[in-house]
Amino acid sequence: MLTLLGVAVVVLGFAARFNPLLVVVVAALVTGLTAGLSPVEVLSAFGKAFNENRYVSAALLVLPLVGVVERAGLQERARMLIARFKGVSVGPFLIGYLAFRQITSALGLTSIAGQAQSIRPIVAPMAEGAVEARTGELDAGARQSVRAQAAATDNIGLFFGEDIFIAIGSILLMVGFLAASGITLDPIQLSLWAIPTAIVAFLIHGGRLLLFDRRLRRRGQP
Amino acid sequence: MIKLGAVYLLAGLVFGSFALFSALDRNNPRRFGNAAFWGLVATSFLAGDLMGDLGNGVLVVGLAVIAGFGWLGRGQPATTSPEERRALAERFGERLFIPALTLPLVVIFGVLVLKPLQVGGAPLMDPKQATLISLALAAIVGVVVGLVLLRQPLLSPLQEGRRLMDTVGWAALLPQMLAALGAVFALAGVGKVIGDLVTAYIPMDTRLAATAVYCLGMAGFTMIMGNAFAAFPVLTAGVGLPILIQRFGGDPAVVCSIGMLSGFCGTLMTPLAANFNLVPPALLELPDRYSVIKAQIPTALPLLLANIGLMYVLAF
Repeated sequence: MLTLLGVAVVVLGFAARFNPLLVVVVAALVTGLTAGLSPVEVLSAFGKAFNENRYVSAALLVLPLVGVVERAGLQERARMLIARFKGVSVGPFLIGYLAFRQITSALGLTSIAGQAQSIRPIVAPMAEGAVEARTGELDAGARQSVRAQAAATDNIGLFFGEDIFIAIGSILLMVGFLAASGITLDPIQLSLWAIPTAIVAFLIHGGRLLLFDRRLRRRGQP
Repeated sequence: MIKLGAVYLLAGLVFGSFALFSALDRNNPRRFGNAAFWGLVATSFLAGDLMGDLGNGVLVVGLAVIAGFGWLGRGQPATTSPEERRALAERFGERLFIPALTLPLVVIFGVLVLKPLQVGGAPLMDPKQATLISLALAAIVGVVVGLVLLRQPLLSPLQEGRRLMDTVGWAALLPQMLAALGAVFALAGVGKVIGDLVTAYIPMDTRLAATAVYCLGMAGFTMIMGNAFAAFPVLTAGVGLPILIQRFGGDPAVVCSIGMLSGFCGTLMTPLAANFNLVPPALLELPDRYSVIKAQIPTALPLLLANIGLMYVLAF
């Protein structure tokens, strides 16, 4: 049971908002020491595992490409493209964004959208505008619920799209883990089996967005 | 044969350039912190296999200390202004999407076309690492397409890459750190202890029960750890591998893939996944800091149930 002390370190360290890298190193030390290893043995085991897992971070190699197209105005172009879809009700609008986010994430383009660069400047204001065009000025509570729903839609689209891309970190982590357990899998097998859940996620969240739209419309009627 | 070592060499050179440009960036008051941090990452990629296990362990502690003591700043390489970007967006039009679309296309080309190729009796690339090698190749091709098509300065990929890298900061290394922590957990038998706890108190005599325990456990443990990456090795070593795959003969690809996505349902419900759940309410100026989590829970719970059903039907 003492072995679980390292898990407690992670929970408490994250809860207390310490730097996660420090928390992880301390948790590794605590776990190793409680398992009866010497500090040098723990450090060696952790270093060995870190070195063997370098492929997890090798996926960062795409950042120069993402940066260079951003520099040339890709974000602005994407904004111009999305801006053509105005005049749509908030439910279908966010469903459209959900589909866009899931599909682009599935293509590995997780960085072309996100909370800071799309939700705040484009998607949330457009979603608010879509409601206000039909039912007039939003009260504070409804406005907040529209914004929160826009942010939630981005996360859900990202999470249940990205695992379809074969080079995403979680897929590489699974391949590494299975390889260490003697099971060799091609990443594409794992990414294909992410598709059923992605479809169900789209149906559940899409249905909720339609209900959300209806609730907002009822609220707006005199 | 192209092996993973080629990818690590490329990554080492790219991170080395981030370190060098960071050291020269006078606009960043903590430039030497950034230079040291990315320099250590570059060292790991270039010389990790020569440094010995203890050497790597010391390197990791160095990364954690730099990040933990707040010595990382944010570099400010010269880039285009918002106005210039709007003008460029008008000028280039939909052509801007081409370099970004090159990336997934080259990856798919690499896995489907290049991977089976033989050169002089040996495969062109290490078949086990074909996806990552293809990704590195795609990144290079994409950058070249971007430079030529969009007429960007020659050094801009490295400077812009550094800008994004500094935006992500230490968090970029967290997945690799957590994977290494998972290995230490495995060495100490944490997964086994949790697996024993779960198996001792919850009956998993049937496939359905075991499937439910694995999926719910992934979600629950992800909520505690704030990250499905950390929950996956523990729960899969404790329940997924010994019970679902080995005892009941489940398909490893289905079990792992849907198990990870069950963990993602947990990510939607935990404040520990701060960058997804706590930063957006601040960005959107929402008074309730848990408003995004509250908006996500009614999607996450039914989806978690659906995952149990999908795994049960598809894995066996």
